[in-house]
Amino acid sequence: MMAEKVRAAFVVARRDFTAVIFSKTFLLFLLGPLFPIVIGVMAGSIGAQVQKDLDRPEIGVAMEGVQGQALIAARNAMADRMAGGVPDFVELKRLVPGERFDGRAALRQGPDRLAAVVTGTLEHPVLTGTPERVDMWQGIVSTFAARARETHPGTFPAVQAEVVATSADQTRNGQVATAQAGQTLLFLLTMLLAGMVLSNLVEEKSNKIIEVLAAAIPMDSLFLGKLFAMLAFSLVGIAVWGMAGGVLVLSGARHLPLLATPAVGWAVFLLLGFLYFAMAYLLLGSVFLTIGGMASTVREVQTLSMPVTMMQLMVFFFASYALAHPGSAIEWSAVVFPLSSPFAMLARAAQGPALWPHLVALAWQGAWVLAIVRMGARLFRRNVMKSGGARKGGRLFSRLFARVATKREAPVTNAY
Amino acid sequence: MRMELGEWPVAGNEVDASGVELAIEARGLVKRFDGFTAVDGVDISVPKGAIYGILGPNGAGKTTTLRMLLGIIDPDAGYRRVLGCDHPTDAARRIGYLPEERGLYPAMKATEAIAFLASLRGVPLKEGRRRGRELLEAHGLGYAADRTIRQLSKGMAQQVQLLGTLVHDPDLVVFDEPFSGLDALNQGKLERMMRGLAERGKTVIFSTHVIAHAERLCDQVAIIAGGKVPFAGPVDVARDRLAPQVRLETRAQDGPWRAALPADARHEGAFWYFTLPASGVEPLLRALIEGDAGILSLSIERAGLHDAFVAIAGEAAARALEQDKEEERRR
Repeated sequence: MMAEKVRAAFVVARRDFTAVIFSKTFLLFLLGPLFPIVIGVMAGSIGAQVQKDLDRPEIGVAMEGVQGQALIAARNAMADRMAGGVPDFVELKRLVPGERFDGRAALRQGPDRLAAVVTGTLEHPVLTGTPERVDMWQGIVSTFAARARETHPGTFPAVQAEVVATSADQTRNGQVATAQAGQTLLFLLTMLLAGMVLSNLVEEKSNKIIEVLAAAIPMDSLFLGKLFAMLAFSLVGIAVWGMAGGVLVLSGARHLPLLATPAVGWAVFLLLGFLYFAMAYLLLGSVFLTIGGMASTVREVQTLSMPVTMMQLMVFFFASYALAHPGSAIEWSAVVFPLSSPFAMLARAAQGPALWPHLVALAWQGAWVLAIVRMGARLFRRNVMKSGGARKGGRLFSRLFARVATKREAPVTNAY
Repeated sequence: MRMELGEWPVAGNEVDASGVELAIEARGLVKRFDGFTAVDGVDISVPKGAIYGILGPNGAGKTTTLRMLLGIIDPDAGYRRVLGCDHPTDAARRIGYLPEERGLYPAMKATEAIAFLASLRGVPLKEGRRRGRELLEAHGLGYAADRTIRQLSKGMAQQVQLLGTLVHDPDLVVFDEPFSGLDALNQGKLERMMRGLAERGKTVIFSTHVIAHAERLCDQVAIIAGGKVPFAGPVDVARDRLAPQVRLETRAQDGPWRAALPADARHEGAFWYFTLPASGVEPLLRALIEGDAGILSLSIERAGLHDAFVAIAGEAAARALEQDKEEERRR
């Protein structure tokens, strides 16, 4: 009796083992450990790169004649020998005798990385900046000024502090933090919700209702209908979580970190956040729906979940990396590439006040949603509606890449 | 069904050479799947109000042909016009379709399932619910209206889907292997329903691998094998492809009358079998009487659809048809 049980178990095990081991999806399983490693490395390096880019403040110099140049030369000569990070010194303006320079105005309007301004003379330097920056850099400005005054290198001049409430650098850092927070939230929501679309068409296929739907309505409508239903479902979820979060914020607001006001203002930022969530969801959802549409079983959907999640992460990392390089080719790539576009554009909303790029981006992303849905519907129609009844036996990869023809129809089963 | 037709878009009607109005006209339909030609130059003309059968073994291309006619898939070559529309999906609201693999959402109530299928074909949901209840009542399933599909037996669920196929009162109803999986009683009910639809002026097209269904129901058939349609037309014309067979029984075993028998005459048991000569049976009768053969019985049998199928599609296709029937019986 026991031997018979073992024999039967062996028969089942042998079938399952060969079915899995000789499937192409097994490759994905083998590649599985690679994904977390790649993601970990990417996350680490991108995070470090972003932080490095953000923590490279500049001190602007505006002094009479060659004094500014001398101060910068002193900084360059000593920086390597000093502990900790020494900010870059850049000459903002070479002043003529008697000319005055408004350090406060420069900090308000200056380049993004401008964190403080040194004016005055090498004997009486004036450091303008936020209180933290002034406290941090008074010493090094005095040291460099002493070095620059070649006649009295051992005498450290007193640095006069001019404190301002904010600076271009601080605003930028704050807005970058807002952009990061917005991107992260957007990513978490799409990751949480868009993945559900993967298994969405499996229901129709297992219920055998797919052919009735395909005969009655265009496949594009089926795909779009499913996407919008899932989007609406997600928005309900977000509304509930938002309300719960609102209650938490109201009850403990003092303990929450305050984010800097985004460049477009909070109202527009939130509106854009909503629109970009919808677009990110529809874009990722349409890709997932296409991929998931090729799967016939829950097991296939599970196999797909890992690479799909990794793909989401890649897109997020790409957009995160681009965030720290506004205006660069990499940021433009993130803006143009449809899947990362919503993330990159939300970061732009936090960092730049222009609104028209958002209208263009939303139209661009919307066009891509339609294009992907159309392509997915065609792929689905071509591969799934191939023979008598929805295909059951074919491999996922074969369906995705359409290499297998079914010559003999499968036996009929009704799925009520 | 007691329901009114909706307002359908006006479309031009196709007419064949003999002036018959066509519900479907397809010419040279071709469908290839990765190098395999599933359907190879199919021509079909389905008259309005007819019951039309697509007859062939599994794998012959029946489902693919129906899917092309319905617009579920597009042909690689060829042309089709359905209810006056160049693209079948433009006429989707006037078409009902029961696929070979049947299924509904298990969590839906019967009425909701019918209303959902109706709404796919353009009937407002509220109206679909009303019609659904009405149809369920009319077919003795009123008690199941609020039960979910998963609570119904398989036969009942199939009936619900059938009602959902007809709820929008379509002008053209397409059934893919409608009799498979049904017991004899329900097969009879379905045959009556199909005849009823045709009597009300609806066009019915169905695929089958069972010749008896096609022979009993169809005005016209398309015989399909290996993706090709060697014959499409009235069932009588298909049967007339074979000359009638004569069966003769005589008292006398031999005599000069035997010279009057056609060259293909063969003697099996007590009977002579031969193809009815082109000149008819009268000269033979004369010879039998004059030769005192003593005619015990003489019958002229018109060829059945099965024989016509064998003659038109070939022995291999006929064998495949029998295998399919056998397989279904086993299932």
